[in-house]
Amino acid sequence: MIFSIMVNEGPYTHQASDTAYHFAAAALAAGHEIYRVFFYHDGVNNGTRLTTPPQDDRNIVHRWSELAEKHGLDLVVCVAAAQRRGIVDDDEAKRNSKDADNIAPGFRISGLGQLIEAGIKSDRLMEFGD
Amino acid sequence: MLHTVNKSPYEKNSLETCLGLSLDGSDILLIEDGVYGAIAGGKASAMLLEAMKTRQVYALGPDLAARGIDPGRLVDGITVVDYGGFVELAARNDRVQAWL
Repeated sequence: MIFSIMVNEGPYTHQASDTAYHFAAAALAAGHEIYRVFFYHDGVNNGTRLTTPPQDDRNIVHRWSELAEKHGLDLVVCVAAAQRRGIVDDDEAKRNSKDADNIAPGFRISGLGQLIEAGIKSDRLMEFGD
Repeated sequence: MLHTVNKSPYEKNSLETCLGLSLDGSDILLIEDGVYGAIAGGKASAMLLEAMKTRQVYALGPDLAARGIDPGRLVDGITVVDYGGFVELAARNDRVQAWL
């Protein structure tokens, strides 16, 4: 079965990002496919490589990057939500004249159409948020 | 249809709304702070017992454990599942609605 996942909450807020991650890992372990993980609203904050949580805490951003690398996941950050919150890749940095980018490995910035397409191409769209 | 509820009934009325609008035969999964609703004798007990006449209710085990809730303290009839069980519920139902 093909799942897509929508994450609407930032890391270390309540629990949505953790639940989404554990659901994704369990779905992959059961042999299902994850078509896309779409980060929207404050969920885009899952995509910054500049977080430094304490060493004895889970690293939510790294965890997503590692899962993406291992399983070839498509982690998409909503561009409009990202611009508002300062999540920037190289293209966006140039386009908006910023002096740096901060997108984490495995993440890419794109538009809301990617969420709609994920809904069409997947058997289930799972929403995790606050 | 699978309904997920992630809010405590002491914080928001998500569970009450879900139980009021979900159809007979639905599966309802309590996750995150939603698992507080599963405690026997709690605010949501009577609502859940009534709902379970026509619907199945589940609670996510790791979220119960994270909050120190012993599965033996749950409303009778609630089934505890792990993340694999969550995935199975999502696959088994044709749609999923998150009550946030």
